[in-house]
Amino acid sequence: MQKRKLLLGDEAIAQGALDAGVSGAYSYPGTPSTEIMEYVMDNKQAKIRNVHRKWSSNEKTALEAALGAVYSGRRALVSMKHVGLNVAADPFVNSAITGVNGGLVLAVADDPSMHSSQNEQDTRFYAKFARVPLFEPADQQQAYELTRRAFDLSERFELPVIIRLTTRLAHSRADVELLEPRPENELDPETEHNRYTLIPLNARNNYRNLLDKSEKLEQFSEQSDLNKIHGTVAGKRGVIAAGIGYSYFSEYSQTELDIPCLHISFYPTPKRKILKFADNFEEIVVLEDGQPFLEEFLRDARGDRLKICGRLDGTLPRDGELTPDSTAEALGLQTTAHFSKPQDLPGRPPRLCPGCPHADSFDFLGEILETNENARAFSDIGCYTLGFLPPYEAIHTCVDMGASITMAKGAADAGLHPALAVIGDSTFTHSGLTGLLDAIYENSPITVLILDNATTAMTGGQASLAEVGLEDICLGLGVEKQHLHVLKPLSTEKDKNLAVLKEEVEHKGVSVLIVRRPCVQI
Amino acid sequence: MNKLNLILAGVGGQGILTLSTILGQTALAEGLHIKQSEVHGMAQRGGAVVSHFRFNDQQPASSLIPRGRADVILSLEPIEGLRYLPWLNENGMFISASSEVKNIPNYPETKQWQKEMNKLPRKLAVDAQKIAKQGKLRKGANIVLLGASSPYLKLREESILEALKKQFSKHGREIVKKNLALFKKGQQLAAS
Ligand SMILES: Cc1ncc(C[n+]2csc(CCOP(=O)(O)OP(=O)(O)O)c2C)c(N)n1
Ligand code: SF4
Repeated sequence: MQKRKLLLGDEAIAQGALDAGVSGAYSYPGTPSTEIMEYVMDNKQAKIRNVHRKWSSNEKTALEAALGAVYSGRRALVSMKHVGLNVAADPFVNSAITGVNGGLVLAVADDPSMHSSQNEQDTRFYAKFARVPLFEPADQQQAYELTRRAFDLSERFELPVIIRLTTRLAHSRADVELLEPRPENELDPETEHNRYTLIPLNARNNYRNLLDKSEKLEQFSEQSDLNKIHGTVAGKRGVIAAGIGYSYFSEYSQTELDIPCLHISFYPTPKRKILKFADNFEEIVVLEDGQPFLEEFLRDARGDRLKICGRLDGTLPRDGELTPDSTAEALGLQTTAHFSKPQDLPGRPPRLCPGCPHADSFDFLGEILETNENARAFSDIGCYTLGFLPPYEAIHTCVDMGASITMAKGAADAGLHPALAVIGDSTFTHSGLTGLLDAIYENSPITVLILDNATTAMTGGQASLAEVGLEDICLGLGVEKQHLHVLKPLSTEKDKNLAVLKEEVEHKGVSVLIVRRPCVQI
Repeated sequence: MNKLNLILAGVGGQGILTLSTILGQTALAEGLHIKQSEVHGMAQRGGAVVSHFRFNDQQPASSLIPRGRADVILSLEPIEGLRYLPWLNENGMFISASSEVKNIPNYPETKQWQKEMNKLPRKLAVDAQKIAKQGKLRKGANIVLLGASSPYLKLREESILEALKKQFSKHGREIVKKNLALFKKGQQLAAS
């Protein structure tokens, strides 16, 4: 019997990469992708093989390091949440132009419904835009197997490849049958230096090369069993289901429904296959988790003659994740509730843990905000974002990682005073450093609070690269010594902390307060 | 055909993930196919947590249970399970801890959730917190409930006990023993 293991979708990808002979895993944490890297870190084989498995400071540095590894002929896995790809977009788009030597797979986890994110962007648009092939598994077994195929395809076409999953698959477990592991690649560095040197002369050639590859990939997608029709093509209605949408469809097709379905697990979009399938019917239901990517294509091509049911005509909700219940409704089935949810049941949102250091930070920060109508606390992403909610109400913004410092600077440029920035230690090393440099360069009157709880708490307590030394980083960037303070967020220190903050807010340049006490969960 | 749809509900930190791991390992050992969804990340921080757990002789398709199709709801906190009543099937069993976690300002009156629970045809409330305290394992309420729900889970007792031992063996023999005792206590309550 083959080996069976109970794995999260995230873990299936990690195990798939290990068994495909990966030499390095690179990542910055982000729900729902974090468990991919954590699995590699805890894996015995990875330890024995000494697979690279340390966190990077952000998604861009992670992808660039991986690109160096595949340049050298080895295989590498990079994992991130969807918005992480925005941060890594520059090396991502350009890595399609350079191409790769060893297999390079990006596992990107989208978060429809924004369970723990700022938006619902769909990574399939990125893949299309950069002309990078993308796999979309329906379940954990497929996640495991497609990861191996993604590495194969990456080496065959010499291109980076994405494996896309959404929260529900990332965070659900199933038993997975494992394949025989294969060895890693030997070191074999690139010798043709024009490939990875994207001066216009080379880049133009490479880009034409990429366009040729795209054509071949389109043919591959049309012919591949990765995009497959299930059932007999007959009747008035057909279904096109992508990724996890296919598993929701199967929930009903196994027992109570007999409709043919074209299951999509690979992109570039197999356009001809889709249209040929669709043209057999009067009505097509499109099931996809995320934005209406396939539906838009189908509507553009056949909207005038075919009834297309999906997110754009109201058959499915326009936003939020696909569910088995919305799928049932779209298919005209009933999933009946026999009991109703009691009325007036209060929600239970996440909160800061009792004893959390951030609560004490908000305590003295709140005083400045209360006594000064113009004061604004530009903040960032992490556990401390909960400071937006009552009882704290101590921060005013949260846009993207690192935006606290730069927005405070811009507001100060515009004349706002006092302009405060409130940022966590891991967010600071992710993308706060460069913004602080901007502020130092212009001597902007801002006060930066780095809430150093010695961990990346929000995503479950991963190591924080700030451990290399925040004080030295700040001084090295040019923060003046007399305007760099280390405070301890404790109720007994509140008056002292407030006094320092009040004084620094009046300083006509950059002040940094490192507010330091470990998260109570570590 | 051996098949089960179970919803586990509670508050972050109550041990839902531990329960689903134990159940997953049990079903795996019995040669069944499993799908279970979990909540990770932000929602664990003292917020509402839910996990769907399904097994079948064949691989279940969806990792989420459709509305009206859960055989059992196992709730580690009374109001948390009630949220998922639309998922319970007609003959479904509702099992809940009776101790409240009041980390929100507008927590309802005890009478109110008791009334809702009493409306259900099949239910069982267990003072799991008290039993865990008596068993000198403050965090063991989830295991008491596992015991109380075991008659409805269609899994063999030996397999559950095996998985329990495995889960806690890294914490030493004493902890394993206490957990097994709490499981038995829960089981007795369900039988009485
Ligand atoms: C581009 C991007 N990458 C990753 C994340 C996920 N994420 C949100 S906050 C955070 C780190 C929080 O750590 P820290 O700044 O130290 O604050 P803490 O949670 O410890 O208070 C991460 C990794 C994200 N939202 N965006
Ligand atoms: S995990 Fe740590 S940082 Fe986050 S709320 Fe809890 S104590 Fe605070």
